[in-house]
Amino acid sequence: MDSYDASESTPRQSTSSRPEDYFIGATFLQKRLESVRKQTSFIPTPPRRKIPHCSQLQEDVDPQKVAFLLHKQWTLYSLTPLYKFSYCNLKEYSRLLNAFIVAEKQKGLAVEVGEDLNIKVIFSTLLGIKGTQKDPEAFLVQILSKSQLPSENREGKVLWTGWFCCIFGDSVLETVSEDFTCLPLFLANGAESNTAIIGTWFQKTFDCYFSPLAINAFNLSWMAAMWTACKMDHYVATTEFLWSVPCSPQSLDISYAIHPEDAKALWDSVHKTPGEVTQEEVDLFMDCLYSHFHRHFKIHLSATRLIRVSTSVASAHTDGKIKVSLNNLVK
Amino acid sequence: MSSQKRGKNVQAQNRTSQGSNSFQTTLSAWKVKQDPSNSKSISKHGEDNPVGDYEHADDQAEDALQMAVGYFEKGPIKTSRNKDKTWEKHLKTVENVAWKNGLASEEIDILLNVALSGKFGNAVNTRMLKCMIPATVISEDSVVKAVSWLCVGKCSGSTKVLFYRWLVVMFDFIDRKEQINLLYGFFFASLQDDTLCPYVCHLLYLLTKKENVKPFRVRKLLDLQAKMGMQPHLQALLSLYKFFAPTLISVSLPVRKKIYFKNSENLWKTALLTVKQRNQGPSLEPLKLMLGPANVRPLKRKWSSLSVIPVHNSSSCTKECGKKEMSLSDCLNRSRSFPLEQLQSFPQLLQNIHCLELPSQMGSVLNNSLLLHYINCVRDEPVLLRFYYWLSQTLQEECIWYKVNNYEHGKEFTNFLDTIIRAECFLQEGFYSCEAFLYKSLPLWDGLCCRSQFLQLVSWIPFSSFSEVKPLLFDHLAQLFFTSTIYFKCSVLQSLKELLQNWLLWLSMDIHMKPVTNSPLETTLGGSMNSVSELIHYVGCLSTTAMRLESNSTFLLHFILDFYEKVCDIYINYNLPLVVLFPPGIFYSALLSLDASILNQLCFIMHRYHKNLTAAKKNELVQKTKSEFSFSSKTYQEFNHYLTSMVGCLWTSKPFEKGIYIDPEILENTGVAEYKKSLNVVHHPSFLSYAVSFLLQESPEERTVNVSSIQGKKWSWYLDYLFSQGLQGLKLFIRSSVHRSSVTRAEGINCNNQY
Repeated sequence: MDSYDASESTPRQSTSSRPEDYFIGATFLQKRLESVRKQTSFIPTPPRRKIPHCSQLQEDVDPQKVAFLLHKQWTLYSLTPLYKFSYCNLKEYSRLLNAFIVAEKQKGLAVEVGEDLNIKVIFSTLLGIKGTQKDPEAFLVQILSKSQLPSENREGKVLWTGWFCCIFGDSVLETVSEDFTCLPLFLANGAESNTAIIGTWFQKTFDCYFSPLAINAFNLSWMAAMWTACKMDHYVATTEFLWSVPCSPQSLDISYAIHPEDAKALWDSVHKTPGEVTQEEVDLFMDCLYSHFHRHFKIHLSATRLIRVSTSVASAHTDGKIKVSLNNLVK
Repeated sequence: MSSQKRGKNVQAQNRTSQGSNSFQTTLSAWKVKQDPSNSKSISKHGEDNPVGDYEHADDQAEDALQMAVGYFEKGPIKTSRNKDKTWEKHLKTVENVAWKNGLASEEIDILLNVALSGKFGNAVNTRMLKCMIPATVISEDSVVKAVSWLCVGKCSGSTKVLFYRWLVVMFDFIDRKEQINLLYGFFFASLQDDTLCPYVCHLLYLLTKKENVKPFRVRKLLDLQAKMGMQPHLQALLSLYKFFAPTLISVSLPVRKKIYFKNSENLWKTALLTVKQRNQGPSLEPLKLMLGPANVRPLKRKWSSLSVIPVHNSSSCTKECGKKEMSLSDCLNRSRSFPLEQLQSFPQLLQNIHCLELPSQMGSVLNNSLLLHYINCVRDEPVLLRFYYWLSQTLQEECIWYKVNNYEHGKEFTNFLDTIIRAECFLQEGFYSCEAFLYKSLPLWDGLCCRSQFLQLVSWIPFSSFSEVKPLLFDHLAQLFFTSTIYFKCSVLQSLKELLQNWLLWLSMDIHMKPVTNSPLETTLGGSMNSVSELIHYVGCLSTTAMRLESNSTFLLHFILDFYEKVCDIYINYNLPLVVLFPPGIFYSALLSLDASILNQLCFIMHRYHKNLTAAKKNELVQKTKSEFSFSSKTYQEFNHYLTSMVGCLWTSKPFEKGIYIDPEILENTGVAEYKKSLNVVHHPSFLSYAVSFLLQESPEERTVNVSSIQGKKWSWYLDYLFSQGLQGLKLFIRSSVHRSSVTRAEGINCNNQY
């Protein structure tokens, strides 16, 4: 009711509400269904992707915060739109989530909301982490332990971090009404039990739903290709692939490490048009790796399953774990 | 009794049942009947009971009781030497009556007063309190008076405890609770007393309303908790407070603990039961725990298994968060909205539909039929979207083949689908989320896993443009259909029949409610009809091919004809301008079937087609104006074709002349001598057995039967015989399509040439 006033001034509102939306007869639910139909009936991934020019990211990004996101392993979750989430109430959310966590940890004991406890919850926005102007702002949730001694570092240790973001969410945003904030990707770092508690609170408070996001082999090979393509002054790690051979009693993993410069050279020989990457190029890149491996070991890697890719830029695992090492967030 | 009040009672009882007081819950059924007007009739009913022997004894007891009550009211007579004996005698009387019949509310009023005023000794007070068993109700005033005695300090601690225990047990018997609620502050203050605390907590648990939850009370309770540690009774009260004011307090209950209050009230339990049974006759159902652990869903901690439907929680927290500034008084004074926890009945839903506090997680509506009603009629899009997002994601997340090799999980998924299907049946409406789920999962489906659930989901696909949905769903379904067993084919046809029925129902409702349909993709009636007819044609194609694949299985044909039984009646039953005939592959298979019930079903369908087409023709003539939906002459021609063929075969013994034409030479080549007659009602392979038994019935001693002898009058009798054998379809068909003159075997076909 009253929250309408509050949400009117949210950044998301000003960026994504388009008046014409309200006059189209079809409801959001119907639009949603139609978009699902479209997604299902056409090929799931476009055959070619443009590499965006990192436009938003550089402009108003807080380098300190971005640095904070790097070099950490993130577990990915996909998330349904948040209902009645407002960027104006981050302080309030911190307070409530704090109480919730404390209550969960001290099962059975009731606690007063706002009571002083030895953890601290901070909600803050992550400016600039978005694909287009229309994408809602990303935000960060941190759980800090408050140190008992005042003399010590006042900030305390970071126990858990999670952030919510939306990058190039155009197709999804079209089908979301103004009561919802669409941040379909959630990344968590910290104890799984904490993720569970915090996720539960979000699910209860904003009627959303988290589900673990797996990265399939198809997308992993895309990532491998695009990360290989990144220009680097010096490489800190080898480019490594991990395949899993499903066999009993124990599955067999095949690791395949290449010197990053070799990988880059291979990619450059495969890659044609600057500024965009096509499906054929990615396929060709992987095929080259496969045939090279086959020549030496007589093993057809294409018959196994790609489960992990790691490069100097970033690494990703099929079970939805990702780690970005460089100041370049383009995936 | 206003429904509002009753609602409160119910709520109070439910709360009790969260503790372990099972009998209070089971009394609820009785309590509802306890309107003041009814209470008399109940007691009268008790008198009317054929317990004549007791009646006299009862009268005597009644007098003795009056005396006893009078005695206690006056107080002990100090001078009396044998006072011990006297009070003993009177107390016995009271106890006897109380344990047998219960006490009237006036008697309770007096005796309660006596017990708490401390006129007699502690032992007397205790015994008296123990026998305060109400026959009907306890008046609120008595309780208020009794409570006032507690302040005077005349009664001992143990009496106080007993009184509170009694109050908790009898809570549902108190006729009104407004006055008692005004004493909330007094009761709350009694929490200080360590011995009283558990019982007072229980009482407050029953008594608390939203407006009773105040920040200072929350603080007091937290202090108590800090002092006394984690006590179940405090937890109970705190969690109730949290229900009402989630922003003030945060409590997580241990997963296993479900019993807050010890069930120590056996003292009165049996007595109440006896009294109840005496006054009401034996209760029909045995006493049982109604709201057991099944209702208390353990919080699923494990992130990955956070599966099924969330529990209800009103969303006040979310709303509160939406405000920029929130003051505590603000959130406590919002009495306008109706809390979900109190929603118990349909009338309540109707009364409060404008101010219902929605659950914080919309998915929880799946388990609540009242809220499903709400979802069904609400046009508030965020509500539907929240539900849509939740259900879509949950379905995808839970879907079994993402997590193979997990039998337990598979069962859980099946149960979840069953719940969804139940909700859809309840609402008579499909969910978009399920449709979207089918888009993704049907192409990957093996046709085995959760078969019944999947096919039911198919039958609940919301109405939409068939041509658009076909590549997403029905093409995949067709692949499975053709490659699976006959049983799978039959189940698919069954669910497609249900789908057709659901679409028709939806369209017939929708069209007659508003001119423009609300459907996402079809805006005109013509478009909608087009979509339905495409569905029917699709099933026609499936059926024709399936008949060939299954070599004209009778079993399959039954399912196909079941589908067409729906199709043939669209015009009349659903008042929709659509008549689609079956394909020849089905018609001729049925006509030449060896099974009489198939032929009977075919006759029935033809009869209904006839009726529908006639009705349509009539309407067209009446309306004069050429409407958009006049059927093409092709439909009529096709029908006449079928009709002529059928009558030619079954009746006039001139098969394959009109309708389907077969070169006589081919027919000669079959070597059947009298092929013309061989398909009429007598010689048709499926009727032959009827003809023989008919003849045997006529002349049982005959050793050879000649079915060709069924002619003339016998033909008529034979028909009557057929009809008497349950071939109602045939009867209707012959009555409507064959004009029988007095001359038997007349060629009275209504040729329908006017179409």
